[in-house]
Amino acid sequence: MSTAEAEQVEEQSDHHGSHDHGHDPHLAHHFETMEQQFDAGKLGIWLFLVTEVLFFSGLFVAYAVYRVLHPEVFVDAHHYLNTTLGAFNTVVLLVSSLTMAWAVRAAQLNQQQLLIRLLAITLGCASLFLGVKAVEYSHKWGLGLLWAGAYSAGDVETEVAAEAAHESGSDDVSDGHSDVLHVDSAGEHEDGGHGAAGHADDKAHHDTLIALLVLCLPACLGVAICAGGVNFAKKRSLPAAKTFWTLLVGVGLAFFAGVALGQIVEGFSGHGGDSTSHHAETEKVKTAEEVEVARRYTGVFFSIYYCMTGVHAIHILGGMGVIGWLLWRSIRGDFGSSYFGPVDYVGLYWHLVDLVWIYLFPLLYLIR
Amino acid sequence: MTIADAHEAHGDHHDGPHVMSLTMLFSVFGALIALTFLTVGAAQISFGAWEVWVSLGIATLKAVLVGLYFMHLRYDKPFNAIVFLSSLVFVGLFLAITLMDQAF
Repeated sequence: MSTAEAEQVEEQSDHHGSHDHGHDPHLAHHFETMEQQFDAGKLGIWLFLVTEVLFFSGLFVAYAVYRVLHPEVFVDAHHYLNTTLGAFNTVVLLVSSLTMAWAVRAAQLNQQQLLIRLLAITLGCASLFLGVKAVEYSHKWGLGLLWAGAYSAGDVETEVAAEAAHESGSDDVSDGHSDVLHVDSAGEHEDGGHGAAGHADDKAHHDTLIALLVLCLPACLGVAICAGGVNFAKKRSLPAAKTFWTLLVGVGLAFFAGVALGQIVEGFSGHGGDSTSHHAETEKVKTAEEVEVARRYTGVFFSIYYCMTGVHAIHILGGMGVIGWLLWRSIRGDFGSSYFGPVDYVGLYWHLVDLVWIYLFPLLYLIR
Repeated sequence: MTIADAHEAHGDHHDGPHVMSLTMLFSVFGALIALTFLTVGAAQISFGAWEVWVSLGIATLKAVLVGLYFMHLRYDKPFNAIVFLSSLVFVGLFLAITLMDQAF
């Protein structure tokens, strides 16, 4: 290894400034030409994407099997998902895909400054996406909409429904359907469920806040580390490092912009998203057993929901890591028309993550 | 530096890396945004049992646009496209055979 490195260094110094084709400093010694290196890398990343597709397909098959078995659970459960936030996140990811594809073009055309800006925007979009996701997760946590086994959304509501039924007959329980909005509406109704609903509402808000704080903690830490990086770079007067860390502080702040935006939208549309319109039609009063069954199955829906969106979010985080690496290298000036492979490869991965979301959005948020 | 120069830097191969034009990038992006709004709109209308196929159809259209243009598959070496599409064949098999056990 040391001899190979020494050889390469020697070659580099030999041909310094000549930019001779075969001796590009970015050409690994086991490749004949830059094209061969680029094509090999490209095939490699496509093979990796194949494994990613197969990996995600397991989750999609789980979804399909459960939807075939219990279609009613999906229709019911999707009322908990906020379509506006889902659509917003879809647009955010599409923008990040555009800036990523554009970044590849910028690298190919030697547009160094544009490349840096586009990569920073891509990272910012990813961060914004996660901020909105954090709001969505925290609201579900607050309402007890968790995976099977921890799912507890029905508990309070059953209690409220039972109480309301007891006080005012069965008519009013018609909307005691398993939707949490009813916890609120029951609290506003003059008949029954005052104490329980109010209490449940307080607890939900409390839990939501805790969950949101927990999810924001890593972002706070990230921003603090990046701010420290800016400070360090300033002290040691490292201009490249300063640009890098400053951009990353911006990326971290985008997360909080996402959180703020998500909170505003959640505030406008209430807890359950578009639930009001769908539950206008009256339904039969559910027996305790029916509620229990719906609860168990809805919990499985949320298991699938958390696996799919969670694994997707982990891919976003991984993508942010590699795009951050690209950002650093592009600030250093590594990429240009003769060497842009890494930007292209990471771009392909990023588009695949976007592709997965393109399917997740209608499958989870737009069921009717 | 022009597009021609970029090709030049890669040995002027005709099948060398393709530089996507900005017009193309933004048209594809516009189409993707439009399709996103379309799928949200379509979800408000009832298609009965076709519901899921309508949203999956729109999603697939979006996926094809992303694959062909953002991922350069249209201009890439055909072998890469074959490799990628082969994974979709296996996803299809996985899904179909599993559902055979469940639905029919």
